[in-house]
Amino acid sequence: MWEAADTVIPTREEMYKALEERHGAELQRKLSAASVAVCGLGGLGSNIAIALARAGVGKLHILDFDRVDISNLNRQQYFPEQLGQFKADAMYDTLKRIAPYCDIVKEQVRLDEENIPKLLAEDDIIVEAFDKADQKAMLVNCVLENMPEKYLVSGSGMAGIASSNMITTKRVTKRFYLCGDGVSDVEDGMGLVSSRVLICAGHQAHAVIRMIAGEFDI
Amino acid sequence: MVKINGELLDKDGKTVTEMLADMDISGQRVAVELNEEIVPKAKYGETVLKDGDKIEVVRFVGGG
Repeated sequence: MWEAADTVIPTREEMYKALEERHGAELQRKLSAASVAVCGLGGLGSNIAIALARAGVGKLHILDFDRVDISNLNRQQYFPEQLGQFKADAMYDTLKRIAPYCDIVKEQVRLDEENIPKLLAEDDIIVEAFDKADQKAMLVNCVLENMPEKYLVSGSGMAGIASSNMITTKRVTKRFYLCGDGVSDVEDGMGLVSSRVLICAGHQAHAVIRMIAGEFDI
Repeated sequence: MVKINGELLDKDGKTVTEMLADMDISGQRVAVELNEEIVPKAKYGETVLKDGDKIEVVRFVGGG
């Protein structure tokens, strides 16, 4: 029987060494030095944040205004006992269990054109992981117009149960990457299914990791 | 001719606003890049497409 009281988590050095053994010293040094903002902690953002924390990204900036709802549990990385909590708080707790030495900054905030340039100023890479199409467009336009030095990874089109293989990563411009199938709209009545959302989240997280590694081609 | 999302189209002289209307796209859910640079939403009405331009129109759909 697992008991928390008897469990000693590994030291920072032990965890770093384990990551280094898997990723190589050079890549791990880059991952540890990276700062990534995950905007929205729903089906995309919660899965992206977990992938980046597991990969040993040094600093994660997680932002969401919403609370965990029972309708989220089919695809978002929350637990039933977290219902009602702010997603930023609940995801912070989960990420700290996965990667206790990751520098995580959580913010319970609704992003808008006014606060984005200030809130995301310190992050190297910005991940758009909202659910509403107009909010996705708002964040992408705001970052590209006001913060041209940032790298941006957005997700669009992952609803329904169409083929996994429709989901791709595109490099739209030098610093703007777009993942998804581009067409499967939740407003067309297709629900969001865990596996397909996870695939899009995987594309986004992997685009981030490749950028950190210095691999900018898709 | 201009290239929109990889397709050559005769949209020379049209503004971005007119191009989006032709494509039946709402300006609220889109990002437009002209020759690798974002077109600010406030400039859609005054940005005129010219021969040889390369345009990427990203339409966002819901879900996440």
